Amino acid sequence: MKKNQKPSDNPFEVVIAREEEGGKGSPYALEVRNLEIRYGDFPAVKDVTMAFDKRQVTAIIGPSGCGKSTALRAFNRMNELIPSCSTSGEVLFHGINVYDPGVDAVQVRRWIGMVFQKPNPFPKTIHENIAWGARINGYTGDMDELVESTLQQVALWDEVKDKLKQSALALSGGQQQRLCIARAIAVKPEILLMDEPTSALDPISTAKIESLLDDLKKRYTIIIVTHNMQQAGRVSDKTAFFLQGDLVEYAPTKDLFFNPKDERTENYISGRFG
Amino acid sequence: MTEPRGSTDSIPAFLPRLDERTRKGERWKVIFLISTLLGVFFLATLLWSVVNDSFGYVILVNETDPATLSRDGVPLENLGSRGLLAVLEENLPGRRLRSLAEERPLEERSSEELLAVIEDEIINPEIMETYDLSESLFGKARILRHLEEDYPDGALVFRSWINRRFLTAAQSSVALHAGIRGAFLGTLMTILITILTAFPVGIAGAIWLEEYAKDNRLNRFIRINIYNLAGVPSIIYGMLGLALFVRAAEPLTSGTLFGAAADPTTANGRTVLSAGLTLALLILPVIIINAQEALRAVPGILRQSSLAVGATKWQTVWHHVLPASFDRILTGTVLAVSRAIGETAPLVVVGASTFLSQDPTSIFSKFTTLPIQIYQWTARPQEEFRRIAAAAILVLLILMLSLNAVAVLLRNRIRAKKRQSR
Repeated sequence: MKKNQKPSDNPFEVVIAREEEGGKGSPYALEVRNLEIRYGDFPAVKDVTMAFDKRQVTAIIGPSGCGKSTALRAFNRMNELIPSCSTSGEVLFHGINVYDPGVDAVQVRRWIGMVFQKPNPFPKTIHENIAWGARINGYTGDMDELVESTLQQVALWDEVKDKLKQSALALSGGQQQRLCIARAIAVKPEILLMDEPTSALDPISTAKIESLLDDLKKRYTIIIVTHNMQQAGRVSDKTAFFLQGDLVEYAPTKDLFFNPKDERTENYISGRFG
Repeated sequence: MTEPRGSTDSIPAFLPRLDERTRKGERWKVIFLISTLLGVFFLATLLWSVVNDSFGYVILVNETDPATLSRDGVPLENLGSRGLLAVLEENLPGRRLRSLAEERPLEERSSEELLAVIEDEIINPEIMETYDLSESLFGKARILRHLEEDYPDGALVFRSWINRRFLTAAQSSVALHAGIRGAFLGTLMTILITILTAFPVGIAGAIWLEEYAKDNRLNRFIRINIYNLAGVPSIIYGMLGLALFVRAAEPLTSGTLFGAAADPTTANGRTVLSAGLTLALLILPVIIINAQEALRAVPGILRQSSLAVGATKWQTVWHHVLPASFDRILTGTVLAVSRAIGETAPLVVVGASTFLSQDPTSIFSKFTTLPIQIYQWTARPQEEFRRIAAAAILVLLILMLSLNAVAVLLRNRIRAKKRQSR
């Protein structure tokens, strides 16, 4: 798996390398243009256009079935696993449409990682949970070092450093979810998609993960879907409100919560708060 | 029956009728128990009838009394090789001696082997009467009376029909000398070929169908037909094997293509290889279906989390899906292989040898298997062949059980490993 000597055939790596050398890149981490997603005939996401700021936390809120998770999963092409799902429009990452026929979904997911609703570590050791993704992506550095630094980023190192060879499934739910975040960032992605990452956790574990996000956004762009509006208010810089597949309002979090422009946003927010 | 409560009010009443519901449940429970007991009963009956036939008294009448063969008062057993050779030379015609020497020079044989030759050639015991285990245990007086009246010079011997000689001897037309070595080896080689071909192909097919194939009409058609194939009678697979492996692929299955045929002049496709491949065809659909179900039982979130770190589909399948489902796949495969071991009909069609005194030496040898051998023996009228058939059934059952045991052990180890990492 150590075939990284030759120049990369991954278009994203080429663009990212160019930008690191001082080339001008996109001002946004991710740009979505006219995104439409259907399950069979049912439109789940309708004509959504939005852009995500680099190294910020963006929250997507909305009632159940509003299409927020579906939209999130479209950003790294996870919806392709659902046979009836069809997607149109553009998702631009470094100016390249991830749905371009020349782009492999594997390349996309390597740069745009994902954390799921339920903690789902691999049924392997803690060490292997971190190392596996790095190894299959051709990581050539010191693996133990990577495991340690990654676990430190999610504030899990001190809790698990003595049981790295033990099963990840022996950890508590909150620890498992932090391990899943570590697993996602071990391959050094640019964007981290989080699909209701705390909905299966207790309040203390939730608080730990929320406080992590502040640190993580120094390195990664985070897009988090949540049904918990307080959480969106606490952790995010910008918030998008989805309703029945439409992007109703997208604004800095403070503005959206305290000064919503759209009546539907206001109803939703006040309904929940009131 | 309880009185409907609250019926005096206008509110609709509940009639719990708990007694009746409990009684109904109890009745079903008894039915389930009876079904289980029936199964146990039939299984026990089967085992008993096999064991019953495998052990028991036999009345033997010797052609030559061993006592007359002793030299200078030394009994046969203590004569040593040289003495035994002398006995052989005295009692056998030169023609027979020469043909025995042609098989293997007599001088090279150990005294035990010589003793066996003397027993077969000179003493030549003949089975006059056989008794099953229950008769032997509970009717010994009657057997003894029978012995005295009808066979005054006969000997009553308690015989285990399953014995070392039976396991190691080749096939013979005399039940007393017949063994299952050839059939046992044939079964082992056949089943090995079956496992080696059906297991990888079956899993590969299942992976394609579960993980890669799109849900379109063609693939649905294929899926349904694999289910149908699993239900096709085994004799039809025999016809397929005959047409495909024995006839069409004859140069390949007979070994002439590689110059590996045992005897080029009589080489044909009726070989161990054809038999193994035919059985592989037979159990392939079962293995595929089982593996498919095992793969389907792997939670989708495992695949997603693997893909989400940038794994390819193959990496996901190889590192996560297969390890998570392997214990189930193994269980299904063992069940299928057990079925293949016991198959008779397709092998009859493919051309199992009915009487084979040589062992299979390569995959291009003519073959026979335990079930074929059992079938042959049970079809004969003599009682002693029924006894050795029963003994062969015992061997087949033990072979099957040990195969299952190995698989269960393997599976438990995989499970334990999985649990450890849980």
